[in-house]
Amino acid sequence: MTDAAYNFAYLDEQTKRMIRRAILKGLAIPGYQVPFASREMPMPYGWGTGGVQLTAAVMCPEDRFKVIDQGADDTTNAVSIRAFFERTAGVAATTRTDEATLIQTRHRIPEAPLRAGQVLVFQVPIPEPLRFLEPRESETRKMHALEEYGLMHVKLYEDISRHGHIATSYAYPVQVEGRYVMDPSPIPKFDNPKLGDCPAIQLFGAGREQRIYALPPYTRVVSLDFEDHPFEASKADHPCGLCGATDSYLDEVIMDDAGRRMFVCSDTDFCGQRQAAGHRGKDAA
Amino acid sequence: MQTETLSGGFASPATDAAHAFRAVMEAMARPGTLHHLAGVQPPAPLSPAAAAVLLTLCDVDTPICLGGAHDCDGLRRWIAFHTGAPLVGAADCAFALGAWEDLQPLSAYPEGTPEYPDRSATLIVELPRLSADGATLQGPGIADRAALSLPDLAAFQSNAARFPLGLDFIFTSGDLVAALPRSTRVS
Repeated sequence: MTDAAYNFAYLDEQTKRMIRRAILKGLAIPGYQVPFASREMPMPYGWGTGGVQLTAAVMCPEDRFKVIDQGADDTTNAVSIRAFFERTAGVAATTRTDEATLIQTRHRIPEAPLRAGQVLVFQVPIPEPLRFLEPRESETRKMHALEEYGLMHVKLYEDISRHGHIATSYAYPVQVEGRYVMDPSPIPKFDNPKLGDCPAIQLFGAGREQRIYALPPYTRVVSLDFEDHPFEASKADHPCGLCGATDSYLDEVIMDDAGRRMFVCSDTDFCGQRQAAGHRGKDAA
Repeated sequence: MQTETLSGGFASPATDAAHAFRAVMEAMARPGTLHHLAGVQPPAPLSPAAAAVLLTLCDVDTPICLGGAHDCDGLRRWIAFHTGAPLVGAADCAFALGAWEDLQPLSAYPEGTPEYPDRSATLIVELPRLSADGATLQGPGIADRAALSLPDLAAFQSNAARFPLGLDFIFTSGDLVAALPRSTRVS
């Protein structure tokens, strides 16, 4: 099964050591973006090259590996990354969150609670939360160094003045241990509360932008907000059409050209397990 | 002498290093937890755990500073053969290796810059014993509180006070490893 022409988990050992050193510094300074010499991977930037390099650097042969793309195990990105590591590392794959020891994710945190011993790897497109407010890297570095995050609060305030509430619904900025403001990757803000006090290790990798950052377990992570406009983890106000769950993050699926729509869990493993346990939503066949 | 220099590395470099890194990562992510690191037989006075850390993290890109008894011919040759890491003084190192008293003063090591706090040294401290008791640890990676047999208290308190600048510590003893990142508050 393993492609013997490649080193275990594809990357060469020197590259892995470089990434591993960056991971340790990232864990030691939670929320701080560690620069690393991102390699070209056999997939385009934007397909999770940062996450794949992190996964390759932490993967062990005994790992049970799970990949999700917006919660789903069966989309193109997830299937190809899972196949990549099945082939180059010979690891066993799983779709079950509770069985997995290493989970690579694009834009979701699984619904099932994570536990100690698991590692969650996020794919990050733009790691710098201040980038759209200040395009110069030299300046954003300085802003992080000086803990100068007023601009981010201005941005959230402008949301309120324009929309009446904080309209940022994904990649919602967080502050880590009262120090670094961090982009949690484009997860829905529904997932933000799961970042903090999580028993698993969370690693974030941005391949094109060449940054790695991390949250150790049980780290204090606070979503930025105002006293009179507190943070709210929102989701579509419906139960899941397939499993009836009312507490999971939902995708809206357009059913036909007459405006019929259906809301289903974005986490396919969570939804599938609930259905297997006999839960049925109103749209279940 | 020659065989001692050339032998003792990972039997299966890719997977052994992967296992060793997972142990070191868990140690750094959960300060106060002890992990086993075996599979390397280094020349004295290097412990198997510290040797595994070196083989997992060090190469030609990471200058190493050797302290005290660790700064010996046998070890210099072993490190040169197995990692290729240049040996330098405290001010220029990425990693430092030695017993606690041989690594003093801590102010000699790079602690990073405000823009790049990651450009700081990691100290691999060889201890006669390592156990989950002694100083109380609090901070990221620790649910409530943890304990670790630290060789000092004030040094780690002032290191944590410099956050986000500061040094990170990996403690080794025999085949045990634990870690103390700069983010941990010690009392």
